[in-house]
Amino acid sequence: MGNINWRTILRLGLLGSVVALYFSMIGMVEDFSNRNLIGDLLNLGHVLLYAGIAGGALFAAREHSESNTVGRGLIGLATGALGALLPSGLVLLSSAINMRTVFVNVNPALSNIITFGRGVPTGLLLFVLASAVVGLITALFTVLPETWRGPVGKSFGIVIISAVFSDLVRQVLTNIIGSGMVRSLYVGDAYRPLVAAVLFVGLIALFFWLDRRAKQSNETTAIPQTDAKARQAKNRRNIALFLGWGVFLLIAPWILGSFLSQVLFEIGRFVLLGLGLNIVVGYAGLLDLGYVAFFAFGAYTMGILTTTTAINPAPGVFTFWTALPIVVLVGVVFGLLLGFPVLRMRGDYLAIVTLGFGEIIRILALSDWLAPIMGGAQGILKIPNPVFFGLELNSPELMYYLVLAGSLLAAFISIRLRDSRLGRQWMAMREDEDVAEAMGINLVQTKLLAFAIGAGFSALGGAIFAARLSTIFPHSFNLLISINALSLIIVGGLGSIPGVIVGAIALVGLPELLREFQEYRLLMYGILLIVMMLLRPEGFIPAEVFKRELHSDEDTGGPPAVEAQV
Amino acid sequence: MAMLEVNDIHTYYGNIHALKGISLEVNEGEVVTLIGANGAGKTTTLRTISGLLAPRTGTITLNGEDISGKSAHELVYMGVAMVPEGRGVFSKLTVLENLEMGAYSREDDGIRDDIDYAYELFPRLKERRKQVAGTLSGGEQQMLATARALMARPKLLLMDEPSMGLAPILVEGIFETITNINKEGTTILLVEQNALMALSVASRGYVLQTGEIVLSDTAKNLEKNPTVQKAYLGID
Repeated sequence: MGNINWRTILRLGLLGSVVALYFSMIGMVEDFSNRNLIGDLLNLGHVLLYAGIAGGALFAAREHSESNTVGRGLIGLATGALGALLPSGLVLLSSAINMRTVFVNVNPALSNIITFGRGVPTGLLLFVLASAVVGLITALFTVLPETWRGPVGKSFGIVIISAVFSDLVRQVLTNIIGSGMVRSLYVGDAYRPLVAAVLFVGLIALFFWLDRRAKQSNETTAIPQTDAKARQAKNRRNIALFLGWGVFLLIAPWILGSFLSQVLFEIGRFVLLGLGLNIVVGYAGLLDLGYVAFFAFGAYTMGILTTTTAINPAPGVFTFWTALPIVVLVGVVFGLLLGFPVLRMRGDYLAIVTLGFGEIIRILALSDWLAPIMGGAQGILKIPNPVFFGLELNSPELMYYLVLAGSLLAAFISIRLRDSRLGRQWMAMREDEDVAEAMGINLVQTKLLAFAIGAGFSALGGAIFAARLSTIFPHSFNLLISINALSLIIVGGLGSIPGVIVGAIALVGLPELLREFQEYRLLMYGILLIVMMLLRPEGFIPAEVFKRELHSDEDTGGPPAVEAQV
Repeated sequence: MAMLEVNDIHTYYGNIHALKGISLEVNEGEVVTLIGANGAGKTTTLRTISGLLAPRTGTITLNGEDISGKSAHELVYMGVAMVPEGRGVFSKLTVLENLEMGAYSREDDGIRDDIDYAYELFPRLKERRKQVAGTLSGGEQQMLATARALMARPKLLLMDEPSMGLAPILVEGIFETITNINKEGTTILLVEQNALMALSVASRGYVLQTGEIVLSDTAKNLEKNPTVQKAYLGID
């Protein structure tokens, strides 16, 4: 049975317990329990409560990799039961004394969730038992052979995630198979238990089959297939993938409906911001925390030029389209203006100066001094929607196309810039300013261009934002936007364009879909950022150069060794 | 007229008076070395010449043209290249990409040939041309930094402490290369703490102490000078 390390079990069990206790005491378990996932058998509160406990059991079982099935089962059982310790203690304590005066969230409703509504003695025993079973199942999962573990893990993940985002899934399904069918699959927001079970088993079978097919085709391709042929096949697959995505992006709003189009618009807006910031931070390595300022410039310039409510230098002259180039130009000019004073700053100093700059712009917009032009706290109202060849873009579905076009343009420019001489200059400067200069690179010019181009993208995003909302307030341009944009490029992968898109979906799109849990948004952000920095510091889809650096220790021996023999 | 003439330059870091009137000259085809202890101002002198720092007073001329106000990137186009201290390779780029960055200032067709020449000079770099520079050994990084500076086809090469942190056997190799590069026609100004090695490849030398030049002579004479022997060569 191998040696069982009780200290590890104690440590991991208690660690899981602390996580469960924390989520309970801040009220997340209770809030999340309103969202049923599978009938009323499983809700999101449960997932949160048992996630830490399961995590503890998973790591405990992994630490005992030499133990057999029974041994690891026991370890999981023990770790899981131990995980129940602190939440149980909390329930006991709160049944004896009223803790709500200090800990607002420790209330009977929470006790009810933890004890399955059965009260103190029986319910608590049930909870300990349930935790132990969760621990057991997680531990047994690690015993599964490799071929099964992948499919089972992925299927479980998909069932849970699709249940969490059931709004999105149901909306898509409704548009495809009709609302009657959808109603028969769901109770309220949750899967019917049978549906969930069938889906789970079906997905396992599907993944199992896919894995086997992939393995078989690997075996066949291992035997002679010319390089050219393989490349051709890969090219064809890439083209198919590209076309598939293209078609999806074009018809997306009509499948997804109005609300989800609005979410897509939000994602697109942050993709645009992220692409611009990616040039400044990801390519040029200049940490800019005041990026929202350019977004505000774009929005306000668009607002001032196209409304009649603000002071308009030329009322009635500008439409959205004719104002757009001016907006971008203003963004670029302000990018240069900010660039000049901060040219000599590096790293942290630059971050602090730009942070201040972002706040100054917001406060100026809010001030009485500029109120006659920028509207003060009231902002600018009645900004007209863009009109595209007689079609007024007044719905989320139509505005989505505008932001899609903007993002595609920005992505195209980004790619071209990255591979250009300027892109090389940025990369050299990011690596080492002195050496870059010693190579003959003009740092002043290179930095200013990064600021200016990044600012132009941001201003474009701001203009589209203003035209979509029709109303802009200083409060829309707070620090959080800069932080959002920065987080999404870090999570996605610095310097990587697909990374920006994935980051925007993860940090902007998903929270939009979970609006009911808005108050925990920043907590989730924090957890996600910490986990990312620990497990994948290079981001979801890292750029080639960053991947090289962070994992260079792993592949030093590989390719170069082969290379050396050539 | 000397190729490089440095005339009474004073350089400050904020209020710290780092160079107190340095004057030196480098003739075409020479290897000249600046030796001195830590903090004597060797690197500051080199950074001032290369344009990374600006002198507060004094002039620097290159082939008769005043370059004291010029920044580093402009000097590259005038034929001055630098091998920075601590090697300073682009650690995330491959060896080949580093060499290509070295040729940033050029737009002629000879870059491929020069890369081949760099590989000839340092066969190790050819073996590792696809490897990321950050994973090279210290000696290989020094080779890369030197090769990269040569990619700009400099007339004057400024080298900052090429022997720093290298094993003695590698140091010998580096100095051998310095001699070779010089024979091919590149003038070299070499800053070194390893005075013995530096004087063995140089034709002339300057001794720096707390921001001033205290001695200047031919390398042979400096080697025999009792003060130099005592302070820098470890000979009593």
